[in-house]
Amino acid sequence: MIQLNKADFEKMLAHATRELPDEACGLIAGEVQGTDKIVRKVYLLTNIDHSNEHFSLDPKEQLAAVKDMRANGLVPLGNWHSHPESPSRPSEEDKRLAYDSKASYMILSLMDRENPVLNSFHIEGTDAEKEDLQIKE
Amino acid sequence: MKITVAGVQKEVADGLTVAQLIVDENVETPQYVTVTINDEFVENGTFEQTVLKDGDNVEFLYFMGGGQ
Repeated sequence: MIQLNKADFEKMLAHATRELPDEACGLIAGEVQGTDKIVRKVYLLTNIDHSNEHFSLDPKEQLAAVKDMRANGLVPLGNWHSHPESPSRPSEEDKRLAYDSKASYMILSLMDRENPVLNSFHIEGTDAEKEDLQIKE
Repeated sequence: MKITVAGVQKEVADGLTVAQLIVDENVETPQYVTVTINDEFVENGTFEQTVLKDGDNVEFLYFMGGGQ
C-alpha cells in the first residue's frame, strides 16, 4: 500500500494543470513502514523537456530535493508525472526508464480534465503492476 | 582522506576518481547517474579523470524521465 495525503494530491494536480499542455513531474518522499509507503512530501520539479509527450527532471532541482529529504529525515519513494492526453498507465518509455524496481511511479492522467486519475505503479522490466494507492483526507 | 557520499562520511584512498567511487559504491545503472561534487555537476565522460579531494561532498543523482 502507498498512502498519499489529499492535500499533496491536490498540490500535484494544481502543478500538473498549471503546466498544461506539457507533462509535469516531481518526486515523492516519506517513510517506509513494513511493506507500506507513506508519502510525507511531494516535490514539484521542472520538466526540462518542456514537452507534452516526455519528461526529464531538472537535475539541479532534483539535487535540492534530495538534500531536503535528507534534512527532513525522509527517504525517496519514487517519482510522479502527468499524462496530459493519455490514461494513467506507464507508457513503453516510462517502463524503459523505470530502472529502480524499489521505487513507486505515480502517473496522473488529465485526459479527462474534470476527472483526473492518479495511479501508482511498481515497474520491473516490462512489467508494471498497479499499487494499492490510498488518498487520505 | 575523508569525503561525504550521499550524506555519509567515508574514509577513502587518496587519488580516488569518480569512476572508481561509482564502482566502490555499487551504483546501479551507472549510465543513468549524474554526479555532483560540492554542488557542482561533473560532466559526463570525465568521471575517469575527476579526482576527489579531501572534504568533497558527493551526490549521485539518478536520471528520471519518461513519456506518455
